[in-house]
Amino acid sequence: MQGSALLLRMRGLQRLNEVSTSKIPKEPASRMVTILFDGIAYGMLLFILACGLSVTLGLMNFVNLAHGAFALAGGYITATLMNRAGFSFFLCLPIAFLFSALIGVALERTLYRHLYDRSHLDQVLFTIGIVFMTVSAVDYTMGSGQQMINIPTVLRGRIDLLGGSIGVYRLFIIVICGLLTLLLQLALVRTRFGSRLRAAVDDPRVARGLGVNVNLVFAVTFAIGSGLAGLGGALGAEVLGMDPTFPVKFMIYFLIVVTVGGASSITGAFFASLLLGIADVAGKYYVPKAGAFIIYAIMVLVLIWRPQGLFVKGATR
Amino acid sequence: MTVALETRNLVKRFGGLVATDDVSIAFQKGVRYALIGPNGAGKTTLINLLTGVLRPTGGAVILEGADITGMAPHRRVQNGLARTFQINQLFPEMTPLQTVGLAVSERQGHGREWWRLAGGKREVIDEAAAILERFGLTDVMGAETKVLPYGKQRLLEIAVAIACRPRVLLLDEPAAGVPEEERHEILDIVGGLPDDVTILLIEHDMDLVFSFAQRIAVLVNGGLFMEGAAKDIAADPRVREVYLGEGGHG
Amino acid sequence: MTDIAAAAAVPQISPAADARLMLAAAARWRWWEFAVWIAALAAIVVFPRNLLLLNEIAILALFALSLDLILGFAGIVSLGHAAFFGVGAYAAGLLGKFGYGDPFLGLAAAAAVAAVLGFATSFLLLRGSDLTRLMVTLGIALMLLELANREAWLTGGADGLQGVTIGPVLGLFDFDLSGRTAYLYSLGVLFVLFLLARRIIHSPFGLSLRAVKQNPLRARAIGISVAVRLVAIYTLSAAFAGVAGALSAQTTQYVSLEVFDFIRSADVMLVLVLGGVGYLYGGIFGALIFKLMQDYLSAITPQYWQFWIGLVLVILVLAGRERIGAQLTRLFAPLLRWRRA
Ligand SMILES: Nc1ncnc2c1ncn2[C@@H]1O[C@H](COP(=O)(O)OP(=O)(O)OP(=O)(O)O)[C@@H](O)[C@H]1O
Ligand SMILES: [Mg+2]
Repeated sequence: MQGSALLLRMRGLQRLNEVSTSKIPKEPASRMVTILFDGIAYGMLLFILACGLSVTLGLMNFVNLAHGAFALAGGYITATLMNRAGFSFFLCLPIAFLFSALIGVALERTLYRHLYDRSHLDQVLFTIGIVFMTVSAVDYTMGSGQQMINIPTVLRGRIDLLGGSIGVYRLFIIVICGLLTLLLQLALVRTRFGSRLRAAVDDPRVARGLGVNVNLVFAVTFAIGSGLAGLGGALGAEVLGMDPTFPVKFMIYFLIVVTVGGASSITGAFFASLLLGIADVAGKYYVPKAGAFIIYAIMVLVLIWRPQGLFVKGATR
Repeated sequence: MTVALETRNLVKRFGGLVATDDVSIAFQKGVRYALIGPNGAGKTTLINLLTGVLRPTGGAVILEGADITGMAPHRRVQNGLARTFQINQLFPEMTPLQTVGLAVSERQGHGREWWRLAGGKREVIDEAAAILERFGLTDVMGAETKVLPYGKQRLLEIAVAIACRPRVLLLDEPAAGVPEEERHEILDIVGGLPDDVTILLIEHDMDLVFSFAQRIAVLVNGGLFMEGAAKDIAADPRVREVYLGEGGHG
Repeated sequence: MTDIAAAAAVPQISPAADARLMLAAAARWRWWEFAVWIAALAAIVVFPRNLLLLNEIAILALFALSLDLILGFAGIVSLGHAAFFGVGAYAAGLLGKFGYGDPFLGLAAAAAVAAVLGFATSFLLLRGSDLTRLMVTLGIALMLLELANREAWLTGGADGLQGVTIGPVLGLFDFDLSGRTAYLYSLGVLFVLFLLARRIIHSPFGLSLRAVKQNPLRARAIGISVAVRLVAIYTLSAAFAGVAGALSAQTTQYVSLEVFDFIRSADVMLVLVLGGVGYLYGGIFGALIFKLMQDYLSAITPQYWQFWIGLVLVILVLAGRERIGAQLTRLFAPLLRWRRA
């Protein structure tokens, strides 16, 4: 299947190896701290990027391979606004959230909702189609290059912490994502909306019977999930890179988070993200040649061992 | 008399719910049984445990003297234990002919033959055609199952089980949803099976139960309430109370 | 009882004879099937300049046929079918590189290696939902991609496997630049494997696969070992895909890492869906449509034809694949049912 340069670049998920890591110190103990720290930052980023997907899958049993497109939207709007209109980075973060959330809810209301009761095969085909279209369209309109996001000077540089050298920007990511995670958890546990969502995830039919407007709950959730992905895209562009093939390159990572964490459980997805982030960074540092291989192998093993996910209570649901 | 199928202290729990509560019962070879009990008594669950669709929480299932508690469902069928489902379980895009033919060919051990065209074995076709004829399905044998009327599908559900030529046959409400006048017909066909076949019938319609069964087992709240000759059970006031009190409908 | 011919002359002799006829009819060759293969052969004369493209179509058709065996007939969804294509390609390519360039030897080796891999990994698919299967198949293909990338001493890594030399087919026909030998060779292999697949799906075993796909609970309840059947068909499908990979390696004399790519697995699924799942010709028609579309679209917008493929996919799903299929079947039904009086 020869053809376009775009296609050639879409090939090769191995380019994931390019995820940049901080400068790693030489001394073993401080090196560990740095790697752990980078891993946590990376993991939290993955969580913010993927948590929407985990709810989609848990709530509507909908396999959305195009989830990365929302992150793409967030990353691109940020880069565009900063580079062409001189917006500040901090202002762009909420914009990225809103922008992706809007796209998400628009797609959900117009297209996705027709697919909830379709087979997984149809869902896969449809969302692959969306990915193909997104990647080509973005390439066409914005070019195929990496989007540069110049993070503000305050977030640059490194500080020494616990004997390791830590990038300020990574610290920023951890703080932001950590806060968001807490917020999400609180919203799920403490609010009426959260309890409705949990009821709907548990059993949509029963929830409907209890008078929960499952469609509305889902639309809102979908919007928030997409928005978070957009925010993740904006935050992560610096760390993960941001070019038109982003949705393909990270699709597998999002799916790992969701399947290993167990669909429908936010905490499961959170731990899976951290695990994946740390394992990926450490793997690429300590065993650079086998890194991704090990991750895929672990994923396959976990899926066989516990098809419902590693962090789901009770093997069956 | 020899025992065809037996359970020993069979238990099944779904979370906190005990759906099968320490059931020990022996089904004698060649006897026609009915299993009755109110809705939710655990009748279907018991059948699922016997056929291996569900794993028991405790206890054992013994088929013709051999412990089959851990045996895979398809192996039990090969060992002579077949069933029908309360809700039809058919192949929607296959024809009755293909469905019954498949069951016959599997039983005769041709199931893995990939080099031969289906329909090439005379003994398979003849037997399948005979079964379809017995159930009055001949005229629709070439139509996709999903387009058949419910009554025909119900008949096919039973025909498939019989095509497995079981020595023990478990029927989970075979007449459910079938019009009054056709019910006896269904049970007549089943009753016409060879005398050495053990049959366990789940049925809510007492007329059918008493016209069919020689012995009756009563299940209440997952436990075996009593088991005995049909006329004894019919006369037992406690059974009337337990059963008819809750749901004597058909 | 009379034989089939006599029964055909006097229908309604007995239900059994009727039944026999009915089953025989399901496996009978239709006129349009002959037409497909004759057209495929005639293409050599009609499109002598496009033989390389035709060769690609034949290979893609075989690859999609292999996917149809598991998706269309056993209901296994895979996002990593490229794994088998890839190992087949490397097996044949490496043999060619190290001096064992006989084409059929390469095919046999590719089929064997892919079958072993398919057999080993099939057990991972027995449990679990569609999603788990998607992830596991995808994961395996990606692992192989990583492995091939890392073991560059053997595979050539990112530069691809160079120096593959393939001998003449049957010791007689050299692979030429026009692609004539290549196309005939690929078409021949496709045809033989197609015949095999056709035979299998019309066999008792094939019937049991459909049963397993449509209702595993009932399949078990008539004594079918679901696991054994799935392992068998998955292994066979892997072997077919491996042969497709080998054909690709042999006719292009090159293997690159992208044989394992996610995009390749996604494409083949798309090809099959375009052509229609579950009636064996879907892979062939799909490959034809896909390649022509790709050829045409990439001539207009070289960089972005993937967009249109995506759009087709989205529309296809939204409009309802099955409904479209049913409509088409109804439209062509009079034609399809036509047979000699
Ligand atoms: N898979 C399951 N998970 C949880 N509970 C179950 C399951 N299957 C059955 N039950 C419960 O076990 C109990 C027994 O159910 P079962 O279907 O065996 O009853 P039954 O006697 O067949 O009833 P009916 O006459 O309505 O068919 C019921 O309370 C049912 O809700
Ligand atoms: Mg029941």
